Amino acid sequence: MKKFVNDPADVLAEALRGIRAAHPNVRVDAENRVILRAEPTRAGKVALVSGGGSGHEPLHGGFVGLGMLDAAAAGEVFTSPTPDQVLAATQAVDSGAGVLHIVKNYTGDVLNFEMAAELAEASGVQVESVVVADDVAVTDSTWTAGRRGTGTTVILEKVVGALAEEGADLASVADLARRVSSAGRSMGVALTSCTVPAAGRPTFELPDDEMEVGVGIHGEPGRSRVKLASAREIAKLMVDPIVHDFGEPVGPAIVLLSGLGGTPLIEQYLLYGEVAPLLAAAGVDIQRVLIGDYITSLDMAGASLTVVKADEEMLRLWDAPVVTPGLRWGA
Amino acid sequence: MSGSVSTDDLVAWIRAFHEAVQQQKDELTRLDSEIGDADHGSNMARGLDAVVAKLDPVPASPADLFKTVGMTLVSTVGGASGPLYGTFFLRMGPALAAGGQIDADALGAALRAGVDGVVARGKAELGDKTMIDALSPAVDAWDTAAHEGPATAARAAAEAAARGRDATEPLVARKGRASYLGERSAGHLDPGATSATLLLQALSDTLAAAE
Repeated sequence: MKKFVNDPADVLAEALRGIRAAHPNVRVDAENRVILRAEPTRAGKVALVSGGGSGHEPLHGGFVGLGMLDAAAAGEVFTSPTPDQVLAATQAVDSGAGVLHIVKNYTGDVLNFEMAAELAEASGVQVESVVVADDVAVTDSTWTAGRRGTGTTVILEKVVGALAEEGADLASVADLARRVSSAGRSMGVALTSCTVPAAGRPTFELPDDEMEVGVGIHGEPGRSRVKLASAREIAKLMVDPIVHDFGEPVGPAIVLLSGLGGTPLIEQYLLYGEVAPLLAAAGVDIQRVLIGDYITSLDMAGASLTVVKADEEMLRLWDAPVVTPGLRWGA
Repeated sequence: MSGSVSTDDLVAWIRAFHEAVQQQKDELTRLDSEIGDADHGSNMARGLDAVVAKLDPVPASPADLFKTVGMTLVSTVGGASGPLYGTFFLRMGPALAAGGQIDADALGAALRAGVDGVVARGKAELGDKTMIDALSPAVDAWDTAAHEGPATAARAAAEAAARGRDATEPLVARKGRASYLGERSAGHLDPGATSATLLLQALSDTLAAAE
């Protein structure tokens, strides 16, 4: 597998160096592997801290900036950050108004953020946490680690970041975060595996004529492997479980179709052209759309579809200015 | 035989665990790529490299040793393994803090405190296809054999861990990243139970050599 690397062990540190070189609006704490806004948190503003394994770029570090996150802790590839990384991020951005932790529901992320929150509280920082678990591919969640956190995280960071920017207090910010989290559903399909730099070969074998349905964002196999289908059929495989899971008319919604890292934008648009009428026919009133590589799985070819049922407030906050390396409008 | 375990023995155990994980790194990662995310070997190896770097000079007491090991694993491994292995050692330390001789009962009680900590942190139960499937039968076997001394208890624990590890193969995972595969997680050894077995085997080998 050919990759732009020097030493596989240095991928994260060297990528952070590139982010620092490219984006003057953020700064990088290289020791703790934390990406922060260049400006300190405004007094009285609730800070948003997220983080997770690397390999999902632009999530999360690419969403640090005005109107979105205050800091993101970057773990090794597909490995959650450690409690001291999250603690360093939390302490660095707390203005005294408290910090919201945005955590994707994976065992490692939950455990490490939990330990970090305990340590932060002990050091006098008020912390609220929201866990995103939106992946409808995990059906028997009572008996598992629960649904995975995927695309809803992007929409949550944008919407809730805008509310924090307006000066809302920690309880209101956390409340909105939980509302967005519970309003989101996602489903992913992979056409190829992906290659973790340290492993050097694809995480799983996938023949040319097959695909994985119900994948997460860590190159793990999905819920089922089926014969490769047309984009039209794949769109149905993505839309149906989401609509079914809502179990009620969705109404106004924000929709994200994210490439998983190895799928060109022309295919993402082609797929969205199939997805949009299916969603509309199922009662989803698409108010806002985001298409592109926003939550990825290294070089995996594939896409994930996210639908967040959105009220007026969420739509207004979605439209608010945002200035981050990965998302920028209105400013 | 000597019925007590010294700080040096426990340091040797950690070093032996480090060596075993280094040797089995690729195998652990391979197991993890079957049902997880292909990083268990490299993450554990990175964490234990950092641990071993802190063992010279040798920590003053078992409690200091396990605190250092636990904190280092928590802050270097990441993933779920970091907090879980870290918690294991962080809970073992205080259980040995009394400072007296460490006999088979005392070490067994410390191991059990560690395993209880992992259960509390990870909320996994026996049969969920996790490291608990190796650790839990291991501490039970230790207690049963403890009257024969630490080396014998450790061997019994290592054998029970290996049986527990092997028994994870047909299981459907209910915790951790493998649980997302549902039925497809069956037919593979659990990587966490496999590394946990290395931990017990390292203890058994170390105490056998110390006899």
